[in-house]
Amino acid sequence: MEFPLKTLIFYGFALVTIGSALAVVTFRNIVHAAFALMVTLFGVAGLYVFLQADFLAATQVIVYVGGILVLILFGVMMTSGRLEMRIHIERGQLLLGAGISIALLALLLTVIANMPVWKNLTDDGIPHEPTTEQIGKMILQDKFLLPFEVVSVLLLVALIGAALISRKEVRD
Amino acid sequence: MSLQHYLVISSILFTLGIFAVLTRKNAISILMGIELILNSCNLNFVAFSRFVKPSENIVGAGAYVLDGQIIAIFGIVLAAAEAAVFLAIILAIYREFGSIRPDEVDTLKG
Repeated sequence: MEFPLKTLIFYGFALVTIGSALAVVTFRNIVHAAFALMVTLFGVAGLYVFLQADFLAATQVIVYVGGILVLILFGVMMTSGRLEMRIHIERGQLLLGAGISIALLALLLTVIANMPVWKNLTDDGIPHEPTTEQIGKMILQDKFLLPFEVVSVLLLVALIGAALISRKEVRD
Repeated sequence: MSLQHYLVISSILFTLGIFAVLTRKNAISILMGIELILNSCNLNFVAFSRFVKPSENIVGAGAYVLDGQIIAIFGIVLAAAEAAVFLAIILAIYREFGSIRPDEVDTLKG
């Protein structure tokens, strides 16, 4: 049986992603969990590359790893005293959460395995072409112009709101 | 690679995120779980837009459809906004209560 390199690399990325996501939810030290989350985000970026979404892979690395993860680490730094660095988990809640999660996973996998429309959808050999130009055209002159503007206003509102919420009270 | 490979990966990521949200007692760990969930959602969008072709009378024959990727970009933007607001709220709560365990912030409890 032929086992091409591409398949091997795909399974490598999948294993890295899932394994580090498992580490995110099981590590007791929150800083270790944050760094495991970084590996997960890189793994998802690699999967984007396999889906021929090059622009999205770069965006994932820049925004998630460069932005959101740094925000999370700042949050850990500013809120965790030496007591809170380790995460406490109660046993009953752990069992209940694990039960719900496993049931949910079983449900999703059953649906995925039994959906006839999704079977035998494989790579159809569309030649690889860079997506950046098309994405730019679709966002800036095509049907996604209005959502793009709305999202930019939303981002501005969220950032101003975050700055307003998190600053100290000033007396006037 | 088939579509189902990606769907299985994103289901596992989603489930792990749900698990983190349900069991963690630290608000920042809950944020990490939410990020996992959003990532699995984006992965689904991109995978579906790669593998499922819309009918040709909608987009024209042979069009290379990128809608799913653009939705995923919007998802990333929303995740960034959500993380910023989440951490701002966490900082405010920490100043007020001295803790970010969600079950200790219970002032509204009757």
